[in-house]
Amino acid sequence: MTPSGAPHLVIGDEELLVARGVAAAVAQARTTEPDAVVEEFAAAEMTVGDLMAAVSPSLFGGRRVVVVRDGQDAKKELAAALLSYAASPEEDVVLVVTHAGGAKGKALADGLRDAGSTVTNASKITKVRERMDFVRDEFRRLGGKCGEDAAGALLAAVGNDLRELAAACSQLVADSDGRIDVATVARYYRGRAEVSGFTVADAAMVGDLPGALEALRWALHVGVDPVPIADALADGVRTVSRVASTGRGSAYQLASTLGLAPWKVERAQKQTRGWSPDSLAQAMRVAADCNAAVKGGEEDRGYALERAVFALVAARGSGAV
Amino acid sequence: MTVSAAPVFASLVGQDEAVATLSAAVDGAAAIVRGESVTNGMTHAWLFTGPPGSGRSVAARAFAAALQCASGGCGVCAECHTTLAGTHSDVRSVVPEGLSISVDEMRALVLRAASAPTGGRWQVVLIEDADRLTEKASNALLKAVEEPSPRTVFLLCTPSTHPDDVSVTIRSRCRVVTLRTPSAESIAEMLVRRDGVDGASAAWAAAASQGHVGRARRLARDPEARSRRGAVLAVPRRLTGIGACFDAASALIAATESEATDNVSDVDTKERAALEIALGGGGTGRGAATAFRGAAGALKELERRQKSRTTRAKRDALDRALVDLAGFYRDVLAQRLGAGVPAVHGDATADATAAARRWTPESTLRRLEAVLACRTAIEANVKPQIAVEAMMVTLWRG
Repeated sequence: MTPSGAPHLVIGDEELLVARGVAAAVAQARTTEPDAVVEEFAAAEMTVGDLMAAVSPSLFGGRRVVVVRDGQDAKKELAAALLSYAASPEEDVVLVVTHAGGAKGKALADGLRDAGSTVTNASKITKVRERMDFVRDEFRRLGGKCGEDAAGALLAAVGNDLRELAAACSQLVADSDGRIDVATVARYYRGRAEVSGFTVADAAMVGDLPGALEALRWALHVGVDPVPIADALADGVRTVSRVASTGRGSAYQLASTLGLAPWKVERAQKQTRGWSPDSLAQAMRVAADCNAAVKGGEEDRGYALERAVFALVAARGSGAV
Repeated sequence: MTVSAAPVFASLVGQDEAVATLSAAVDGAAAIVRGESVTNGMTHAWLFTGPPGSGRSVAARAFAAALQCASGGCGVCAECHTTLAGTHSDVRSVVPEGLSISVDEMRALVLRAASAPTGGRWQVVLIEDADRLTEKASNALLKAVEEPSPRTVFLLCTPSTHPDDVSVTIRSRCRVVTLRTPSAESIAEMLVRRDGVDGASAAWAAAASQGHVGRARRLARDPEARSRRGAVLAVPRRLTGIGACFDAASALIAATESEATDNVSDVDTKERAALEIALGGGGTGRGAATAFRGAAGALKELERRQKSRTTRAKRDALDRALVDLAGFYRDVLAQRLGAGVPAVHGDATADATAAARRWTPESTLRRLEAVLACRTAIEANVKPQIAVEAMMVTLWRG
């Protein structure tokens, strides 16, 4: 088996990364032969005959790239044929299989991996940290540079969709000299794309009234339902109360006793400053009233939330004295 | 209880006035069936009101049996038996298991109500929890109550005649039978007589149930119900800090949820299995799989109904716990003010005395009101966890 003949497996369901993985495999094939032919198939409709025809050596020579999309939908016979091909691949043919990475058709993905395929990971990016890295890598790839704060600002403004982020990065690099800072981002992007109730609650719990109100306005503006926002406020008070009452300790230890995620405990520990048990009790009452208000208790749900945010911050202030 | 009351009314505890009204109506109804023109005492629509546990549905069912029975409610004939068991062909009953009674259900019922009784006596339509009728359903029912067939009787049960519970239009077309909260003595007497509970625990259960007959029986006979009640009464003792409030809240929610799911999950699985078999599930051979393919919609509909029922079971369980809790704070307040009323929770007097020494009447009242506010909030669809947490912090701080 030569390295050039080994199949490629692009595993994951993040569309942009899958497309990039496939493109990279094609580009690699074209480094040795610029005229390489690319054939695409959808695994759900592909037959064993199609595969045989596609991967058999051509009379006229030349490299070929066979892309099989959505490998998880492959029928049993096709999956078997793909695996048996992967065991003894042709040198002139590059097989690229994309796979969503779930439990469906897992045998095919595992089989291809065991057969020595080049594996490209294209799974969804869920953590903020990783998304930040993606943005910075993207700038670097495009020949630009960007600081952590600028990447954060871009994420807040554009949202979590990788395709949009990639587009925004290339646009920014094209429009500027490649050195991206917060001011550059602010010149082209305004507003907040991803605001949840938790953003509001986090700001309210540390007593940041302007920040909380701004986040609340954005959240209502982008169409977040008031009910989850009210739930998030209650959740904020609950988490801080439970963490505050256990006293200081390692976040990981507390996390297991309280049944919360360690990062949540860590954040709540920072938020406990300024709260007293009495003010937390008051805050919990505010959160409950707000919950009733957004569920039909009041005409204007946005106003009810705003008032709750004011009351939460006021409760915190009363506890600090 | 009056000597002349029919045996079928014996299950009504401490409701002499209501029984007298109903007995007169049964006599009038018998006269109508005989073809006499005396219509004294009988009418076509009845509204049974009274606090939960006073036996609204028991009274309505007993009345239905007495109407169907040739001897006015002997309690032993086939008519009485089938009516009380809910299988009589001329008694349609609606027992909502979910949160509301839908208009579709009511339209189907109204259609049946228009037919003549097969047994030649009365066509009885019994709606338990008529306060759960949706507005549309209530309007559909109104049409039938306005112009009933000559031998059709509507029996509706609601907690009160307040417009929140029953629409004024329906209320104005019904005769109201008001049931009282039965006294603890009469409940205890019934527990001893009918369930064979010993005197002491009967008196305790009757007091702890706060006038709810069904709850008294459960407390007297079901050790699990007793232990759940014990856990609820331990809550005020455990509120030592803000963290404890939240722990107590989640423990209470978890306990009531597991109680509710235990009660309904068996029925859920059984219902689902029955429906699957009815739709051709589990079949083998050619075409069996195809036949079952269209069943998903029906199963989803069943799941929707089951979910509604589970939600209601959870709320009911939580409500029972909150009523017990309110009883405790009532006891504290009564002790503190030196009122000479008997305690609701006779076995928790030590706790109540200790609390009465520490809390002012005002703060006790605030706590009691917090429990009641929590019930209102849950009714208004506030997330139970959040409502209970807010209640707990008030119970702790007063």
